[in-house]
Amino acid sequence: MSSETTEIHAEHGEHEGMTKKRILKVLGILTLITCVEFFIALVIVPHNAEFAHNWANPIYIILTLLKAFYIVAYFMHLKFERMSLIFAIIVPILFIIGLILVLTNESHHWIDLRLPF
Amino acid sequence: MSTTAVTPIDEVKSTPWSGGRSPFNVEYGKMMMWFFLLSDAFTFSSLLISYGALRFSANAWPAASEVFKVFPYVSENAPLVFVGLMTFILIASSVTMVLAVEAGHRNSKKEVITWMILTVVGGFMFLGCQALEWTHLHSEGFWWSSIPNAETLKEFFTGNVSYHDQASSAHQFANLFFTITGFHGFHVFTGVVINIIITVNVLLGTYEKRGSYLMIEKVGLYWHFVDLVWVFVFTFFYLV
Repeated sequence: MSSETTEIHAEHGEHEGMTKKRILKVLGILTLITCVEFFIALVIVPHNAEFAHNWANPIYIILTLLKAFYIVAYFMHLKFERMSLIFAIIVPILFIIGLILVLTNESHHWIDLRLPF
Repeated sequence: MSTTAVTPIDEVKSTPWSGGRSPFNVEYGKMMMWFFLLSDAFTFSSLLISYGALRFSANAWPAASEVFKVFPYVSENAPLVFVGLMTFILIASSVTMVLAVEAGHRNSKKEVITWMILTVVGGFMFLGCQALEWTHLHSEGFWWSSIPNAETLKEFFTGNVSYHDQASSAHQFANLFFTITGFHGFHVFTGVVINIIITVNVLLGTYEKRGSYLMIEKVGLYWHFVDLVWVFVFTFFYLV
């Protein structure tokens, strides 16, 4: 790709993406997800111990990641950037998974440390 | 003809990955904002993951539906409603920010000003709500390394939990809650300050003269990041 075509592409890239209609659609999705979270926390969990114990937390986390996706992809416009920028931001984030694994594993041992002797 | 022919070496240099242009195809300041936010994401995830590890290894934990059940001045028993309001305020101010960016693309100064002012108002509303919530928790006895008396503390736990476990987990809860929401609140505060500065610049016509409202986009990234962090804080402190 020559430099001229890149430049032209950049001009278009800056302007496409978020129209007012799309912004309102993303707002609707974010509001809906938050409402679902409240419904689970206030209506389902207090009346269903089995659900609260097994399903509530994984569902909260999935819904949170979904909200994060919509904020980063649309509000922060990352979905419409170049693939190289998307990878430069998303790949380092994956290191966080490593920290999660290390510390959840470690906290298992902390439980043992708290046991009275 | 021979004078206009491109030599092979120039051709190579014109492609994105060989020094011709930025491979990311974004303006320098915007790229740096992305990298700053990446580092900030690491900071917040370290805080939240250490919170998760401490909570996971604790024998008991204060129930969110008991600790956060007061809506200041309105209701003494409305679990999570107040924090729901805070969440909606922050999402709404994020939306007004995208609308400001969108108006900036059309070089519409008037609309940019309207949406930026609404964003700043949303930021102040969120900070006000957080101040009320902190004040309420402080009045109950929570603060950094400070917990309510045994009588009050008992109400925050469900099931049969020894006082020792209640006190130690409440200490951890208090420290983590004020540190993490405090760090997030500090981000909101700096975001509001930056938004005000940018709004004044728009009013003065700085970006009109520059011919581009790209600066709105850069501060917009920061403001959305603050919203993004709140989504996680909200889930892990109030829901889980």
